[in-house]
Amino acid sequence: MPLTDQLRDDILASVPNLRAFAISLSGSGDRADDLVQETLVRALANIDSFQPGSNLPAWLFTILRNLFRSDYRKRRREVEDADGSYAKTLKSQPGQNAHLEFEEFRAALDKLPQDQREALILVGASGFSYEDAAAICGCAVGTIKSRVNRARTKLGALLYVEGAEDFGPDDTVRAVIGSGR
Amino acid sequence: MKDAKPQTGKGGLNAEIQSRIGHQLRAMYDDVVRQGVPDRFAELIRKLDAAEPTTSQINETGDFSAKNDGRD
Repeated sequence: MPLTDQLRDDILASVPNLRAFAISLSGSGDRADDLVQETLVRALANIDSFQPGSNLPAWLFTILRNLFRSDYRKRRREVEDADGSYAKTLKSQPGQNAHLEFEEFRAALDKLPQDQREALILVGASGFSYEDAAAICGCAVGTIKSRVNRARTKLGALLYVEGAEDFGPDDTVRAVIGSGR
Repeated sequence: MKDAKPQTGKGGLNAEIQSRIGHQLRAMYDDVVRQGVPDRFAELIRKLDAAEPTTSQINETGDFSAKNDGRD
């Protein structure tokens, strides 16, 4: 369909969710915003292929997800958020404990296989149905369900099971930094 | 967060852990959503809209029903 004012407004209204998805996927605020920008460029260039009345967010998420995956294949991960660029995108500076907790969660999320991470985000945070998430990822509904379950199980093991959570900042390093003035 | 570590069975996931994970995931996500639309994107859409994109290069990634990249 042509780009009506309504459609343009709807696309703009999807931007906050696209950013959240992109940041959750990539772990990097800067890279996420580049992904969103590229998604918008593609979406507007291909707006005629959007079916009126179909699910606009799902259509946009599909574009972003495919861009992310082709980009990801090209250059696996560089150092994952080594400079804390994700944390810098947060508006409210969380308190110390909340911040550590957040970093732990983020690190655990990054440890998931990409298929599981994206499924979990789409269903658990973006609020898509299993059916929409399956369409976005180009796989069967049952596959999405099992990826989400595996993602939850793995996160649970990483974060809450004794002995499996030792992937946060190194205590020794922290102690050295803290006393090394 | 680590003060209480509920037991999970092998491969199991108790309801409390599951709800904590859901809560943390949404907290992370919603924090970004609440930032709204950065100016650069509103500006970008205005520009692209004004440029009236041609309709010649359809379907690279734009068709929701089209195949994905087949990597699953």
